[in-house]
Amino acid sequence: MLKDVNLHVKEGEKMVIVGPSGSGKSTTVRCMNYLEVPTSGKVIIDGEEMTVRNHTKLVRRTTSMVFQQFNLYPHLDVMHNLTLAPVKLHGVSVKEAEETARHYLEVVGLSDKAHVYPTTLSGGQQQRIAIARALCAKTKIILFDEPTSALDPETIQEVLDVMVKLAEESNITMVIVTHEMGFARQVADRIVFMEDGMIIEEGTPDHFFNHTENERVKKFLGKILRH
Amino acid sequence: MATLVSLDAWLKVWLYKSTFLLGFLTTLETAVFAVLLSLCLGLIFGLMSTSGRMLLQGIARVYVEFIQNTPLLLQICFLYYAMSFSGHSIGIITSGIISIGVYHGAYMAEVIRAGIQSIPRGQFEASYSQGFNYMGTMYYIILPQSIKIILPPMVNQVVNLIKNTSCLYIIGGSDLISITYSFVTGANTGGAHGPAYLVTGVLFFIICFPLSMLASTWENNLKKRERMTFTKAAAKPQEEA
Repeated sequence: MLKDVNLHVKEGEKMVIVGPSGSGKSTTVRCMNYLEVPTSGKVIIDGEEMTVRNHTKLVRRTTSMVFQQFNLYPHLDVMHNLTLAPVKLHGVSVKEAEETARHYLEVVGLSDKAHVYPTTLSGGQQQRIAIARALCAKTKIILFDEPTSALDPETIQEVLDVMVKLAEESNITMVIVTHEMGFARQVADRIVFMEDGMIIEEGTPDHFFNHTENERVKKFLGKILRH
Repeated sequence: MATLVSLDAWLKVWLYKSTFLLGFLTTLETAVFAVLLSLCLGLIFGLMSTSGRMLLQGIARVYVEFIQNTPLLLQICFLYYAMSFSGHSIGIITSGIISIGVYHGAYMAEVIRAGIQSIPRGQFEASYSQGFNYMGTMYYIILPQSIKIILPPMVNQVVNLIKNTSCLYIIGGSDLISITYSFVTGANTGGAHGPAYLVTGVLFFIICFPLSMLASTWENNLKKRERMTFTKAAAKPQEEA
């Protein structure tokens, strides 16, 4: 599926991966936390190579993920969605985990939703909770796999606003797969364009949107930016 | 049928009520321990068959298929007689508990497997992406969600198990069915077939009926809740994508 993908993401970098569907963008980020097991090649985080043996602990310590379909736990209320992993995996006390959770609920603007169940929330709200859940793990890296693709158009902006705020105010390394070009232009330090499992262009937003020589990228941008 | 209206026959059963009660208790005892065994086996093999590990899945598959495709009677006879004749007699009740537990464990495993597999893939992925391992994922995220799907068919299995304790008869058990048979064919007590089997049936019914009712109530509640979520989802089609 992926061919010769060689990516270095620096600490604190905001990297956006774009490209047509089926190009391997999602597979690439899913390899970074072992949801997809690479058949060959290496994933190295913090100098440590991810293996069958260490991936659970390495992922736990270093990465969080925000999914297209939110994937909140429907049997737990929002507060428990946010505190489950910190309490059970990171050895944080319940009190401390709840304080952290309340802080991040405020960051995503949903302080009043701590004790409701996820299914009662709109898609946009669920995705903001999912972002808060990722933040609660306090990992250096957060992976976003098309976080706004399943949202109704009216709620896309509220999720993007939260992500912009994160990108601008935190030192978290963000790897974001998205089709939102305006957002990519605004937050990315680097944009990577993929097609057929290969990286065919990468560079700063300015280079990518204004100065690319790559015909394929020009064609893609022409189509996607016209409307 | 004549004995059904014979006061004499009913009196005979009444006089031997403690015998029936004893058989009933033996049946219950066997059932309780066999249920516990089948739950343990069901959980272990159910988890094995959803583990994604070829070897574990293979072992679980062989267990389930072998047990489900041979008669329980044969399994009981095999365990009891084969063991006895090879000099490792383990007793009638123990044989019964083990073979009935193992038999229904295979069905429980399938019930649990189906329950686990009904949970969307995204729930597993969210859990793994947070750094939970397989057991943690099952314990904190998947099983709590699948329990309401698993419970109704599981209770039905318990009902089947209770009825299947009657297979103890083939190895000369002292369970309710065996006791009843000895009673109606006994030299002093023989003849009261109608009342005796009726009483036995009622005793089984008293235990099994409430369980069946419980299972169908749970099942209906589940369906009602599903319909509600479905209507909710249909009202907001934009969230599906």
